[in-house]
Amino acid sequence: MADELLPRHEEFGLAKADQSKAPITDHSSASFPKQLLGFWVTFKTMFKKVNTVQYPEVKEPTAERFHGRHQLNRHPDGLEKCIGCELCAWACPADAIYVEGADNKEGEQFSPGERYGKVYQINYLRCIFCGLCIEACPTRALTMTNEYELADSTRGKLIFEKDDLLGPLRAGMVPPPHPMYPNTDDGNYYRGEVTGSHPSQGVAKDD
Amino acid sequence: MTNAQLISQDPGWIIALKGLIIFAACVFLTIMSVWGERRIVARMQQRSGPNRVGKFGLLQALVDGVKLALKEDLIPKAADRIVFVIAPIISTTACFMAFAVIPMTGPVNFFGQQTAMQLTDLSVGVLYVLAIASVGVYGIVLAGWSSGSTYPLLGGLRSSAQVISYEVAMGLSLVAVFIYAGSMSTSEIVAAQDQWWYAVVLFPSFVIYAISMVGETNRAPFDLAEAEGELVGGFHTEYSSLKFALFFLSEYVNIIAVSALATTLFLGGYRALPGLGFTEQWLGGWFTLVWFFVKVLAFFFVFVWLRGTLPRLRYDQFMKFGWKVLIPFSLVWILVVATLRVMSQQNAPQALIFAFVFTVALLYLAVTSLIDRQKTKISEAAKIIDTTQPSFPVPAIPTSRAEQLNG
Repeated sequence: MADELLPRHEEFGLAKADQSKAPITDHSSASFPKQLLGFWVTFKTMFKKVNTVQYPEVKEPTAERFHGRHQLNRHPDGLEKCIGCELCAWACPADAIYVEGADNKEGEQFSPGERYGKVYQINYLRCIFCGLCIEACPTRALTMTNEYELADSTRGKLIFEKDDLLGPLRAGMVPPPHPMYPNTDDGNYYRGEVTGSHPSQGVAKDD
Repeated sequence: MTNAQLISQDPGWIIALKGLIIFAACVFLTIMSVWGERRIVARMQQRSGPNRVGKFGLLQALVDGVKLALKEDLIPKAADRIVFVIAPIISTTACFMAFAVIPMTGPVNFFGQQTAMQLTDLSVGVLYVLAIASVGVYGIVLAGWSSGSTYPLLGGLRSSAQVISYEVAMGLSLVAVFIYAGSMSTSEIVAAQDQWWYAVVLFPSFVIYAISMVGETNRAPFDLAEAEGELVGGFHTEYSSLKFALFFLSEYVNIIAVSALATTLFLGGYRALPGLGFTEQWLGGWFTLVWFFVKVLAFFFVFVWLRGTLPRLRYDQFMKFGWKVLIPFSLVWILVVATLRVMSQQNAPQALIFAFVFTVALLYLAVTSLIDRQKTKISEAAKIIDTTQPSFPVPAIPTSRAEQLNG
């Protein structure tokens, strides 16, 4: 285990701790020359590669599963996955999520099944990016992206609406509202049996 | 012609111009040294330091200054308004004045006038610098007192106690230089170092001066006056805007001033490095200015290096070091130097001089070994103290697990 951790020293360009040269352990006056070794350490460090990342110009990729801004996902035909169940809002320890569900109507279908999220807000002044909302979501409608640049100048701008959070329409998706794929129910959607849109649902987005 | 004679012939406009140049150079050096310090300390910590404003962040300190000037100038209600305003002015004025006697070049041609880049050459130039440095302490004490707040008062007291005690050690370290140079005039001390630098001849004095100049300027590791963790900002906690900028300026000008004094007294001032004496004639003598600033900036680098390496000392250890180590040591050293000087002036035989040096070395060894023995005795005595039987009644130590559990 310890061996796996060691390469991080090299990653940061730091020397591996050398016990034989460590001037800290011995406090007796005999170690005074040893204590002077500290000056050599700082002097040597001046010629090492700087670790600073020049942030706004150079952006290091985040860790793969970094908790960034949320995203509301879509089914392959463009219908929203969110069913307005509010489980995310209930799971949220910071009370950052507000959801209002509504019934899907004939000719105004936003998600497969009966209900959809009519209002969906996340307040990024409250959000602590713990990811409990993602765990709570029963349809994988809510996930997190790696986007971390969320600073803004007003409080209002930091309350993200549904439009801000909805994932983009990919090729083959039809912007909702539109009817469900012909001869399917919501079960087919959840089992992943709907893989694209049908011409009867509307005009699909091109590649 | 000596520098003193050259300078005494200066017409008024040259003196005024020199004063202006010294002032401008000090301010410029301060701005650049703030930037330099931040860059160097950053490199010592594997960071890159300020690099946004201007090329390599060169304008950072200037921009910070502008920012400070534009900030609100607060005077606390409890403050003594007049003293509160005067304190930073005293501090800043004093640190600039020290530069008046520092010789920065040899004889040069200055707008058609043969002179040296030194504002004035007092016969007691170094004493003048020490006196001015003491006046600077008033700025700190008054700032701490007039703020009408606890932390600045403590910081001011610490700072003044520190500066005063290290000034004693500093003054004593300079005595050996006076004895050897036979003068207290800065230009004559530089001239007296044409053979050997006093940093070599009087190495212990140089070490004492180098330590006490760090204490004198309130710099890390002796920056107890502004120990952030303990005293917030120390004496300047209540200061803002330009008044704070003045303290900031005076701190850095002070560093440059003590470095310049160290250069003058111990590193041969504006003289070239040994073996490079021919460069002193370059550019009609103006090249000596380069040598002067190279040495001053070398000292400045050491200041930064110290800050990047050492943790802050504890206050009592710091005072103990000053009073019980530096001052007695420099007193003994002065005694030795004075004796040697008298011996060589009286043409004492070589054997006598060697015998004296040998005796002193022997005495030194004897005293240090005695101190060491005392130290080990004390530490061993501390080990023997029986901790199992305290003098006050205590409950019996449980011997079995059942006892421990049931009480």
